[in-house]
Amino acid sequence: MKEATLELPLAQLLRQFPLAGEFFHTMGLPLPPGTMSPATYFATLDNVLLEDLALARESLGEQFTDYLSLLSTLGKGRSSSRLESITILGGHDKSNRREEFTLTVRPGEIISLVGPTGSGKSRFLADIEWLAQGDSPTGRSLLIDGFPPEPGLRYAIDRKLVAQLSQNMNFVMDLSVEEFITMHAESRMMEDIPGITRNIIALANDLAGEQFSPGTPVTSLSGGQSRALMIADTSCLSNSPIVLIDEIENAGIDRKRAVHTLVDKQKIVLIATHDPILALMGERRLVFKNGGISAIITTSPGERANLKLFEEMDAKLGAVRNALRNGERIESFLWE
Amino acid sequence: MKAVTLAGPPSSGKSAVTIKAIASLKQKGVTVGVVKFDSLSTQDQQLYEKQGVPVTTGLSGNLCPDHFFVSNVEESLAWGVTSGFDLLVIESAGLCNRCAPHIQGVLAICVVDNLSGVNTPKKIGPMLKMADIVVITKGDIVSQAEREVFAHRVRQVNANATILNVNGLTGQGADELGRLLQGAPETTSVTGKLLRFSLPAALCSYCLGQRRIGADFQMGNVKKMAFS
Ligand SMILES: Nc1nc2c(ncn2[C@@H]2O[C@H](COP(=O)(O)OP(=O)(O)OP(=O)(O)O)[C@@H](O)[C@H]2O)c(=O)[nH]1
Ligand SMILES: Nc1ncnc2c1ncn2[C@@H]1O[C@H](COP(=O)(O)OP(=O)(O)OP(=O)(O)O)[C@@H](O)[C@H]1O
Ligand SMILES: [Mg+2]
Ligand SMILES: [Mg+2]
Ligand SMILES: [Zn+2]
Ligand SMILES: [Zn+2]
Repeated sequence: MKEATLELPLAQLLRQFPLAGEFFHTMGLPLPPGTMSPATYFATLDNVLLEDLALARESLGEQFTDYLSLLSTLGKGRSSSRLESITILGGHDKSNRREEFTLTVRPGEIISLVGPTGSGKSRFLADIEWLAQGDSPTGRSLLIDGFPPEPGLRYAIDRKLVAQLSQNMNFVMDLSVEEFITMHAESRMMEDIPGITRNIIALANDLAGEQFSPGTPVTSLSGGQSRALMIADTSCLSNSPIVLIDEIENAGIDRKRAVHTLVDKQKIVLIATHDPILALMGERRLVFKNGGISAIITTSPGERANLKLFEEMDAKLGAVRNALRNGERIESFLWE
Repeated sequence: MKAVTLAGPPSSGKSAVTIKAIASLKQKGVTVGVVKFDSLSTQDQQLYEKQGVPVTTGLSGNLCPDHFFVSNVEESLAWGVTSGFDLLVIESAGLCNRCAPHIQGVLAICVVDNLSGVNTPKKIGPMLKMADIVVITKGDIVSQAEREVFAHRVRQVNANATILNVNGLTGQGADELGRLLQGAPETTSVTGKLLRFSLPAALCSYCLGQRRIGADFQMGNVKKMAFS
């Protein structure tokens, strides 16, 4: 895609790349007439206008073709982001002792990461995000579908394998929930944006205790509401097959449903946590010690039974929390 | 010696990510020096010194920092070569949206932060649009959705750059940035090289120090707004 493309009339280019017109908008340029080719347009742009917009005439052609390549990779990214498995090959811990493990994870699986503070849970998540190839401080390597990932993937910001849910969730934009999700969907070049936006808001309301409307400003959402919104948003909009959650705390959302919302969409979910329920929710848990994985434990039937018990206790505590919130007494409540 | 130009809006995290990347390079035995260009004042001298990083700062005063940069870049490189650095990072505060310190054939980095808002990439000039690597900071304080939208908007104005998220506080991604810095081409002199974008001249009377307001005092390149 080079010089030849630049000679085509814009109208013809727009048929092939419906979003190509965005380029001119982004650069602050008026849209050329459909009959004109980008090459002619760039060549005849007014000097003063280019000065004002801080644009260099000689680079515009290349910038435009780069933009078209971006549009075609974005289209590809959406369809080719399915993966069968990721495999992590052990590296070494902080004392350079070899880690003896090979871990393969498939879509729909939950893996939890446990271990004391500073033991390397976050570093492990960072290794995955970076698609480490023996070149991170831990020496671990990652395989996608059994092979080393193509080198470009590491920086392919639009085909990122990993979505990471932040711990701190401030919104800096002053937008309503609906505008916010719409903007995100637009950047993902989705079809049926209003439909997706409605779904995400409904799902988020399902996860959050307290309801919010599409018109609510994102900056006035509570901690639990914004976390619910981001989980719904990530599960529906992000095309990353892997979701990393570093410390999902009990911010007034249904944690179990939140995690299952992600898993239902065939994501791989990795959770670094100090919370017993989340730790046992994984099919397997990785135990960290001194920067390395010291054990990989498969959740046993006994543990599953205990998890049920913990969940019941948690539900009970939740009910008490609600009762207190509603100004009720809790004396009789516990005996039910 | 390798060299990079690293520019970005004030407080976007240029020094923070540079310091983290240098720490990671140090472990590999790479020696790094820094030259900082700023306008009126800068804390960066102390910031780098505290980390044991050799640094020289230059203040442009009433000149555009990027114009000042061009007049001093050769000497900066000479200092780096004499000091025996493996890598010289030239940090400059992107105060002027019209200018950029990026040079053809020299690795060019732009640092922008998520907090500046999703419309910012469109507003930043050649400093961002002509960079080879765009580092995005402060991802820790915004949502995943905002990070994705922001990165996408950067992509739109610079489809060719390598985009990297780096956390200036925790250093996540700094190791990766260090690796990219090591890939910079050898640059021991820039004499005769071209800037990636022409720096507009300071041409109105106010550029030259005039302070009084009024038509009589406006000279040179004066442009008037239209009011309807
Ligand atoms: N939360 C957070 N803060 C950051 C991050 N990166 C930098 N900061 C903070 O942002 C502030 C500005 O960072 P600097 O590195 O001094 O920014 P700079 O671009 O070098 O600033 P000037 O050289 O003065 O233009 C500091 O308080 C940093 O600690 C980040 O990734 N996350
Ligand atoms: N194998 C390793 N080799 C070298 N450094 C390591 C290794 N693993 C972890 N580190 C470093 O140790 C530090 C602490 O690790 P990390 O932040 O991942 O801990 P954590 O388990 O997430 O702790 P917390 O529970 O407090 O969040 C980090 O600076 C990390 O880069
Ligand atoms: Mg951690
Ligand atoms: Mg600085
Ligand atoms: Zn300038
Ligand atoms: Zn002036």
